[in-house]
Amino acid sequence: MIFATVGTQLPFDRLLTNLDSWAARNPNMHVFAQCGLSTAKVPHIKTTPTLSQSAFRHHFASASLIVAHAGMGTILTAAELGKPVILMPRRAALNEHRNDHQSDTAREMAKLSNVMIAEDEAALHAALNTAMSQRLCTQSPKHETHPAQLEGLIDVVRDFVWAVPSKEAPVQFHKGAVST
Amino acid sequence: MLRKKNTAPVVLAVSSGGGHWTQMQRLAPAFSGADVHFATTDASASEQVGAHNFYVYPDANKSTPIRLMLCVLSLVWIVLRVRPDVIVSTGAAGGFLAIRIGRLIGARTMFIDSIANARRLSVSAHLALNVADHVLSQWPGVAAKTGAEYRGAVI
Repeated sequence: MIFATVGTQLPFDRLLTNLDSWAARNPNMHVFAQCGLSTAKVPHIKTTPTLSQSAFRHHFASASLIVAHAGMGTILTAAELGKPVILMPRRAALNEHRNDHQSDTAREMAKLSNVMIAEDEAALHAALNTAMSQRLCTQSPKHETHPAQLEGLIDVVRDFVWAVPSKEAPVQFHKGAVST
Repeated sequence: MLRKKNTAPVVLAVSSGGGHWTQMQRLAPAFSGADVHFATTDASASEQVGAHNFYVYPDANKSTPIRLMLCVLSLVWIVLRVRPDVIVSTGAAGGFLAIRIGRLIGARTMFIDSIANARRLSVSAHLALNVADHVLSQWPGVAAKTGAEYRGAVI
C-alpha cells in the first residue's frame, strides 16, 4: 500500500492529481491518501480529508511507500518508522503554501537515504517507478537520525525547564537581535 | 512567579499540529519530572499524551485574522489557567502568542523554530526574538545569521 499525505492546513491538488495519473497506470497498487482541503477529483485513489494522530500512524506504519508534501511531521515519522518517502515540495507561486520553505526543507532532507524529491509529475512518476522496481516496498531502509543532536537539544530544554531564576537578576535579557 | 523550592516546575508545551507537534513529542523527555501541560491545535493528539493536562486552541496564522483573535483568547485562557513557570514552543503562530502572553505573568520562555525552516527563521520565530528568553533554530547556518541559537536538532 502507498500512503499519501498532504497535511491538513492547505490543499495540494497537484500532488494528488499527479499521483492519481500514476495510480491509473498501476492498478495493482493500492493508494490511500489523506487529502486535507484538496478538492481534486482522483478516481484511482482512495481518500480521506483528515486522520486522527493514531490512524495517521497506523496507515503510515502499514504502508510500503509514503508520498507527501515536504512537511516535517511526515519526514520525522518516516525517519522514525524507517519508511521510504517521496516528497513533493509545495510552491508558493502555485498558491500551494504561503512561502517556499518546503523547497528548502526538501533540499536538506534529500540527504537522508530514505528520501526522494519530486518537483513535478514526471519526476514523481519516475520516483514511484524507481521505488517499485527497487522493491523499497519490502525492505526498510536504514533509520537515519543523529541521536547526539536530539539528546543535546533535549538536555538544553531540560536545563531551561529546571533552571531556578535568581531573584537578583530576574530573567529578562533582551537580545536586541535584528535579522536581515 | 518564582516557584517554591523543591517543587516541580509547571511547564506549558505549546505547538501547532502536524510537524510542530511531532517535534514537541520528540522533545518530551525533557519534561520528565516536571508538571507538564500540552496545548496544541489537533484534538486527536490527546491520544498520545492522555486527556490529563491537555488543551486545544484554534489553529491560525496571519492570513486568518478572526481565527487569530480566537487563538489569542484561547491561549490567554490556557496560560492563565496553567500559570506556567516555563513555556516551551515548537511553533508556529500559537506558540509565539503563548510566549507573548506568558511573559505578562513572568513565565520563562523558549521558542524552538521548526526544523522545516532550513534557510530562514519562520515569521513566528522572528517575532519571538524580541520576546522569548531563548529562540533556537535547528540549523547552525540560520542561527548564525539571525541571532537565534543553535543547540541541536530533532533529527
